[in-house]
Amino acid sequence: MPFDRLVRGVDGWAGANGRSDVFAQIGDAEYVPRHIEHAGKIGPGEFRSRMAEADAVVAHAGMGSILTALELGVPILVMPRLGRLKETRNDHQVATAERFKAMGRIEVAMDETELPEALDRLTDLRRADTISAQASPELLDAVRGFIFGARTPR
Amino acid sequence: MSRRRPKILAVASGGGHWVQLRRIAPAFEGAEVIYVTVEPSYRAQVGDAGFRLVVDATRWNKLRLVRMLLQIAWILLRERPDAVVSTGAAPGFFAIRLGKLLGARAMWIDSIANVERLSMSGQKIMRHADRCLTQWEHLAGDSGPDYEGAVL
Repeated sequence: MPFDRLVRGVDGWAGANGRSDVFAQIGDAEYVPRHIEHAGKIGPGEFRSRMAEADAVVAHAGMGSILTALELGVPILVMPRLGRLKETRNDHQVATAERFKAMGRIEVAMDETELPEALDRLTDLRRADTISAQASPELLDAVRGFIFGARTPR
Repeated sequence: MSRRRPKILAVASGGGHWVQLRRIAPAFEGAEVIYVTVEPSYRAQVGDAGFRLVVDATRWNKLRLVRMLLQIAWILLRERPDAVVSTGAAPGFFAIRLGKLLGARAMWIDSIANVERLSMSGQKIMRHADRCLTQWEHLAGDSGPDYEGAVL
């Protein structure tokens, strides 16, 4: 699903600030970036390695992007897709972004007007602590218990 | 306790659903695991585990959903897993509905992205799955899903 507001916003910021070190996976966006290196879709291996090498990540408020950035300890700024602009099915990304921001895990720009300033700040961020590559021990226990019958289900 | 290794069908669509499934994968150790997903390149991440592809679809794309349903039915009939575990979305919904009909046990783990309410698939699958988990404590309830921690 395209997310032109984000692609256009980051491209404009890169142009205004003379940044030539931005790479974007833009999917099937209609907007063609003029200032940033970009590709339609890259594979998960390249996605992860490009993220690992980055100083910071800018993405929609999707869990694939957020969890991968947290696993790699790369600061991440998200802008939520909006259901009413048909960028996704509903406005769940707004709630996701707000909740993860409240937890101190991510940076958020609620829309394209907040994006340039958030991008300015992002480049000052230090690399964050990485999270473990696994789910919480509690959740792993619950799944194990379910599969192997170690615990009686409620 | 089972006499043999349980056979697990681990099901997720692409992106965040898949990343979350991979984060609970350590809990599958000791089981025979067959992953079912929509993105061919994920195969490289699962090592020796089984790997089956189905077509990608959302609930807005009825024809593809039917194809996905048939593919999942075929996988279930061939593999006859003891349990189905899914982090969503559409493929997990189908795998749990059909898997239950074939006698498998089923666990739905709703995506951590759903912080205000359970996903639509989650709400629909809850009464069919043996266990339905939310990753947010405030969404758990007596008549709702359970909370048992999160993927992070």
